[in-house]
Amino acid sequence: MENTKCECGHNNPVGTALCEYCGKPLDEGGQKNRPLEMRYEGKARRSQTRTTSLVDRVWRFFSSVKVAVWLIVITLLLAVPGTFLPQENMVARPEVFYAQEYGAFGDLYYRLGLSNVYESPLFIALLSMIGISLVVCSLDRVIPLYKALKNQQTTKNIQFIQRQRVSCSQPMTEAEKSVMLDRLAEKLSRKRYRVSREGDSILAEKGRFSRWGPYINHIGLILFLLGVLLRFLVPGWYLDETVSIREGEVKKLPGVDYYLKNEQAKVEFYDQDEMPEGSEQSMVKEWKTEAVLYEKDPQTDKLQKVNEGSIVVNHPMKYGDLLLYQADFNTVTDAIVLDVKDKKTKETVGNFKVDLNNPQEKYRLDNGVEINILNYFPDFVMEGNQPTTKSENPNRPAFVFAVDSPKLDKPERSWLISGTDLDGIHQNNRYEIDLKNLETVHVSGLMVRIDKSLPIIFIGAGISVIGLAMGFFWYHRRVWLRWKEGTLYLGAHTNKNWFGLRRELEQVTEEADMPLQFTPQQK
Amino acid sequence: MEQLMQVSLGAMFFLYLLSAIAFVMAVTGKGSRVGKEVHTRRWGRRGIILALIGIISNIIFIASRLMIGGHFTSNMFEFTSFLAFAIAVAFVVIFFIYRAISMGAFAMPLVVILLAYAINFPTEVEPLIPALQSYWLHIHVTTAALGEGALSVGFVAGLVYLIRWVGEDHSTRTAAWLEVVMAVILMFVGFVAASFTFGALDYQVTYKHVVDGQLMAQEYDMPPIAGPFDGELLESQTPFGWTQPFFEVPEWMKGENAASKFNSVLWSIIAGLILYGLLRLLFRKRVYEMLYPVVRKMNLENVDEVSYRAIAIGYPIFTLGALVFAMIWAHEAWGRFWGWDPKETWALITWLYYSAYLHFRLSRGWHGLKSAWMAVGGFLIIMINLIVVNFVFAGLHSYA
Ligand code: HEM
Repeated sequence: MENTKCECGHNNPVGTALCEYCGKPLDEGGQKNRPLEMRYEGKARRSQTRTTSLVDRVWRFFSSVKVAVWLIVITLLLAVPGTFLPQENMVARPEVFYAQEYGAFGDLYYRLGLSNVYESPLFIALLSMIGISLVVCSLDRVIPLYKALKNQQTTKNIQFIQRQRVSCSQPMTEAEKSVMLDRLAEKLSRKRYRVSREGDSILAEKGRFSRWGPYINHIGLILFLLGVLLRFLVPGWYLDETVSIREGEVKKLPGVDYYLKNEQAKVEFYDQDEMPEGSEQSMVKEWKTEAVLYEKDPQTDKLQKVNEGSIVVNHPMKYGDLLLYQADFNTVTDAIVLDVKDKKTKETVGNFKVDLNNPQEKYRLDNGVEINILNYFPDFVMEGNQPTTKSENPNRPAFVFAVDSPKLDKPERSWLISGTDLDGIHQNNRYEIDLKNLETVHVSGLMVRIDKSLPIIFIGAGISVIGLAMGFFWYHRRVWLRWKEGTLYLGAHTNKNWFGLRRELEQVTEEADMPLQFTPQQK
Repeated sequence: MEQLMQVSLGAMFFLYLLSAIAFVMAVTGKGSRVGKEVHTRRWGRRGIILALIGIISNIIFIASRLMIGGHFTSNMFEFTSFLAFAIAVAFVVIFFIYRAISMGAFAMPLVVILLAYAINFPTEVEPLIPALQSYWLHIHVTTAALGEGALSVGFVAGLVYLIRWVGEDHSTRTAAWLEVVMAVILMFVGFVAASFTFGALDYQVTYKHVVDGQLMAQEYDMPPIAGPFDGELLESQTPFGWTQPFFEVPEWMKGENAASKFNSVLWSIIAGLILYGLLRLLFRKRVYEMLYPVVRKMNLENVDEVSYRAIAIGYPIFTLGALVFAMIWAHEAWGRFWGWDPKETWALITWLYYSAYLHFRLSRGWHGLKSAWMAVGGFLIIMINLIVVNFVFAGLHSYA
């Protein structure tokens, strides 16, 4: 074991750089004239004193600022390429999207996993390591720092004072000294320093609390990361779903036991006089859904209203932890009205309305005319030679009808595909079915969200900012004065803003009638 | 009100310009009659007073815009001009802490260039799309920009540090890279100059071309060096008859107005290089050598501290505005506080970058030269987020 006893008699732990008691530099490696390294007051930290076991080594790794910075830098670099192309959550079919849109580059991008880089194991591992590092480094430093700042001695070793970055000495007789020390103490406390005096020594200190800023910031960050972690770990803490509800419809919300009625969905455009002159496009002013939220009574199975109101972009509906956001707005065809014409008599037989979301099988018209729906394709496509539907949404409805009437020997087949002219294949039919009009309806696309870790996340962010403000807008300044054998020594340290410290000391010494110059030559 | 807005915009531009000139005068003039000391102090005071009046006109401009349209931070013009304002404010704050007159000779020209760049974009007051209708828009954008303003002043000080450090010694790699930085800044100036020139000449040509089977029109407001792939002249309005490009961009450049943007980049490079060449011919010195006399008297350690201080002031404000407020707003508007949209991600990258800067500085070896380079790099990231991300990477935030 090394001998770490200081000449003042204090026994320091191994790894101590500055004597805990008097501040005398202990570990001298031929750097006698450089200013002292004041970080953590020269205290020994766990990461430096215990280095043998595996735990020690892991601790040492995560407590190293150098490691932390490289973790941050690697995370940053990895985040960059993810912004070049849209991420997978923004596109419809990632497997084909990237190659199709961006060619070979897109394909490579997808294969390298850059299209989903923020959810990649590597990225998550980096964030977790930063999190671990935050915990370890803070514990490693904050305790020694706290102890050191709490147990400060007023009388410091002369070497300690002389080797501060801001320091000077002044010959002074014993007679002058006590008046001068009094005066300096008074001027310093007027600058809001807390002054303590011990014989011929003075310690003046202010803004110590700013030293806790970085750690409070780190705690906030840890809390933030913890919040993000919890939402993945705790079941029921996180829900992210979407739902489309037509005007007038009541629908169960995905993932929760609530039902929502879309009473009205509205879109509003800016007036011409609200737009800049000369612009021709119309711009949306507001999307809005008037909605009623229901909960199902488990006994009676009846829906009970629990909340109602409007959902507007930037103003979600809140109920407990449930949040409903206006995310999308569409106008879709809801029903079509069809005309039936007798080609022989050139007379209209009548019309009928088909609800596209719920068509009937049979429609009866006047004079015994009857329409049967043989087949219905809400979202019509041809796959090879087979007609089929892409989805359940009536984006491109197509029908096969059978028309029957007393005037026919046997029912006639008739096709109707929206947006397609099929007159050719119906030449031999007596009855013609034509589109009369469309009935449209507004559909609200809503996001259904639960995120119970939000309070933790935002409180973490808030604490973090408070810590930053403490650490950056205030400074920890200390001034040591000591008279010894005909000389007054002054040394000062700050954790930032040396310029301000020097100027302050120049003012203080000037006011105390002992003007000293601390500022290096400059302009 | 409309008129007040226009007048205050013009006023703030010229006041900033005059302030920049005054600061340059302060540090370059000989002051043969009154002596160098007095001369510097006198012109420094004029510079800061002009900057302050400029800031007041800027506030009047913002207020009148608020009264007309209810917002002032929604599109490229509004945001970029607000960033110029933020830099001016941050510089004034730093000036009053450090009395750094020489900094003004760099910070105020930066304000002028950025404002000139902003005025290139449409300046009309436009109504807001639903996603932007929130008071968080103001809170988030103003704090983020004020933070970026302070970080930019950190960049200015970093640049000053580098120019001072390189001094008259041109042999180092630092010197060569510094000259590259100067050339890039001149290209930015070149873009502004070129677009003002062609704008004043009312130059405009339109091409039609086919993108993914769709017929598109593409407008050029600078003469085409590079035309759209397979483009055909549709209409032109030019005082000097230049309507044919020298070459066409490759087929894969098919994003919205990609060819026209690429053409503007070419013009920036050319105009920047012409400016650079002229300066070299005129002064027969490298650009940083021309600037050296401005900073010669500065103390390196102090400049390092100014740069660090500006960043230390900017970092918490940026964190609050660009991340925390952004997350709160994103949560209200989009139902998620974070979505890895390019603009958000670049805000995070900026933040991580400055976090790395601060931690690097915990070890002494990173003070001074390395710090100064990092401050320059940080500004580059801010500019990437402002310009490249808006125009190149698609995202929810895309303004143009
Ligand atoms: C993204 C994550 C992080 C952020 C945003 C962050 C932020 C900060 C800030 C702003 C400071 C104050 C710097 C100054 O006063 O100049 C600081 C200090 C510090 N950070 Fe971090 N930090 C992060 C991660 C880490 C990690 C992982 C470590 C682990 C080694 C670490 C270790 C330290 C240390 C040792 C200090 C100095 C504390 C002191 O001055 O007493 N930081 N951090």
